[in-house]
Amino acid sequence: MQRRTFVKGVAVTSIMALSQTKIEARTMQRVIDNRDTLSGKEFFLTIDYTPVNITGNNAIATTVNGQISGPTLVWQEGDTITLHVTNKLKKSSSIHWHGIILPYQMDGVPGITFDGIASGETFTYRFKVRQHGTYWYHSHSGFQEQTGVYGAIVIKPKRKEPFRFDKDYVIQLSDWSDEKPTTIYKKLKQMSDYYNFSQRTIGTFIDEVKNKGLSKAFSDRKMWNEMRMNDGDISDITGYTYTHLMNGQNPSTQFKALFKKGQKIRLRLVNSAAMTFFDVRIPGLKMTVVAADGNHVKPVRVDELRIGVAETYDVIVQPKKNKAYAIFAQSIERSGYAMGSLTPSGTLLATPPKMDPIPKLTMVDMGMDMGAMSKKGDAGMKCSGGMAMPSKKSMKKYKWAKMDAQKYPITKLPMARGVQTTMMAMSPKYRLDDPGVGLRHNGRKVLTYADLKNRYSTRKDKKPDREIVLHLTGNMERYMWSINGIKYADAKPLQFHYGERLRITFINDTMMNHPMHLHGMWSDLETGDDNRLVKKHTVIVQPGSKISYRVTVDAKGSWAYHCHLLYHMSGMFRKVVVS
Amino acid sequence: MRKIKNYCKKSLNDFCKKILLNILTVMSVNQSAYAGGADNPLLSLVVMDRLEVLNNDEKTRVWEGSARFGYDINKLYFYTAGEATADGLESSQHELVYSRAIAPFWDAQIGLAYDKNADASKTWVEIAIAGLAPYYFETRAALLVNGDGNVGLRVDAEYETLFTQKLILSSSVEADFYTKDDATLGIGSGLSTMEAGLRLRYEIKREFAPYVGLTWAKTFGNTRNYNAFNETNFLVGVRFWF
Repeated sequence: MQRRTFVKGVAVTSIMALSQTKIEARTMQRVIDNRDTLSGKEFFLTIDYTPVNITGNNAIATTVNGQISGPTLVWQEGDTITLHVTNKLKKSSSIHWHGIILPYQMDGVPGITFDGIASGETFTYRFKVRQHGTYWYHSHSGFQEQTGVYGAIVIKPKRKEPFRFDKDYVIQLSDWSDEKPTTIYKKLKQMSDYYNFSQRTIGTFIDEVKNKGLSKAFSDRKMWNEMRMNDGDISDITGYTYTHLMNGQNPSTQFKALFKKGQKIRLRLVNSAAMTFFDVRIPGLKMTVVAADGNHVKPVRVDELRIGVAETYDVIVQPKKNKAYAIFAQSIERSGYAMGSLTPSGTLLATPPKMDPIPKLTMVDMGMDMGAMSKKGDAGMKCSGGMAMPSKKSMKKYKWAKMDAQKYPITKLPMARGVQTTMMAMSPKYRLDDPGVGLRHNGRKVLTYADLKNRYSTRKDKKPDREIVLHLTGNMERYMWSINGIKYADAKPLQFHYGERLRITFINDTMMNHPMHLHGMWSDLETGDDNRLVKKHTVIVQPGSKISYRVTVDAKGSWAYHCHLLYHMSGMFRKVVVS
Repeated sequence: MRKIKNYCKKSLNDFCKKILLNILTVMSVNQSAYAGGADNPLLSLVVMDRLEVLNNDEKTRVWEGSARFGYDINKLYFYTAGEATADGLESSQHELVYSRAIAPFWDAQIGLAYDKNADASKTWVEIAIAGLAPYYFETRAALLVNGDGNVGLRVDAEYETLFTQKLILSSSVEADFYTKDDATLGIGSGLSTMEAGLRLRYEIKREFAPYVGLTWAKTFGNTRNYNAFNETNFLVGVRFWF
């Protein structure tokens, strides 16, 4: 099939050309030598309109201190910091400190933790920094995050970190469109596959007939057709409108990270995209993952990792050759990529590798029980029409049965199956060792959640007191998103009890990855070893799958809990009240 | 006199606006706009599905389109379709319905239909169901009743085949049935007309696509007493939406 890459090859002409973010590593103290990096205890941030040219066309962005990405903020663990945020937009604005543990009044979610920052007003955030690592900040108002209100946060640790590195770079990934976000949202509501230009064609079917024969090709299509589901439905918004950015640079202007041969380079990967999942690799180099969502993990060496929207990973690489390496971040649906160069010289640029083939969703992504199917000869998948699907495949022994066996008192939550939901995963499974659609069996070592183990023991963590189950639901045809079939506007807040240890299990009844973000408290992800629960703030729930994490409910107040895909957020959202 | 006329016009306008506003207020529930924008904004969609000229002697012009206005669940729909020649209007059908999503892929609709041809017009009350059937058939079935006690059923279905991401074949079929003869509208009881079409469009962009195609239309039963035809025609047209 013909594949188009929509990367726009036009130089960035505005201020963004200088937005390299580099933190020089020195033995004791990191000295900040980049104009985009702000450090200290008091910060002044201004949200304003800024003319930009990212694609070759002039557009108006909303920015923090006039730049995309916004300035990298460097904090010190243990400091009490003050941030004065002035809103010069015509509309209400806000800044949310993503992944930061703080009093809820400082969390920056309009309508939930404060009133927002009115046009022309300044809001002063003040809180003590109780953690370290890589985080980020963004507007939590309207679609301002899409148009540029985001930046990285680096928190220097009190104690020495358990790994060494010579250079330290923030690699902030994002997506940009010259279209207004409200226009994008409108188009998705009018025609939900508007941006999808890798749909099935007659050619796809002919190829399948050639490979499998007519009857098999037809029967394989049966379920998708009956359910009115599209196996090419990977991302709602693609390179048709998006230009993918790395530290505000498009793939032709390229962000450059300098190194000297043999140096250990720490790359702080942050996915600040509104909608894009990135698959990141540096051809020729192994990446050692040392932290996930700011928290240390047992080092794991990989060729590639998928970074969901709002996640962060810290990796260390050690280039052995005097050549330019591509930091290559292809979008999950392969319609474009963000790219920069890891290079010994500012003039030596890497060439991008070929993008991988366009991925196709499988029955696994629909939450089918392949094992059960082989036994009973029919499926564990139900759609609104009601149907079963035969399959000959069988699955190897279910690896995560132990996690299914964990039983805690379940608090039942309201549930609706109606217009809001087009699909239901009948046999959702833990798929922690599944690299996900488009990354399976690609010949590279791809990071999975099963590879993530907390660097520090969690053996003494309290066992869960109770459990809640949240279904991620949606109607792709009408472009509506919800939790348990109820959109936020119609939902009651979730009640968490102060002091409890809560297990939350997600079941994804959609065909899309949803990065679920709980504000204010850590999500201790179960990745196979209860003694090594991984502290995360954003957890990808793969299509048709199930995943569980535990939350120590130690922060009173009201918090936001939502899918971090910007155009899903307003429906797939809950207010959490801790009392 | 003119003043009064203007005044009447203005009050009528205001009245219409008020009614529309009330309907919309009732339709919208709980808008929230703090994060990720409003989840359910008031949106419109105007689709001119067919705007085409047939390659027959009369060079018949055909249109078929719809406009919708509303929220995720509740919408107002206006449908219009018809044919005209250089001599004027041949036939047309218009519908204004309130549409409510009742199932993941289906809307139930209720409203009025108005048929008009060169000589006559007729108003119907209608209920309809519209949506996406399994195997991606875009389907609509409308049941109509008019003052004469005539009951009509109008069914249409459309299927799209992608040759490439932009070259798309739309196959459609439509059939109309009535319980009574109606000489003024030129329709007979039983199966009245059937139409099938193939339209191959090229989407220059999603919103704009010229196309070429072929239609076949035939009248049946008593309808042939008023208007007997069985025609196959080539056509060219454009499809656009906004």
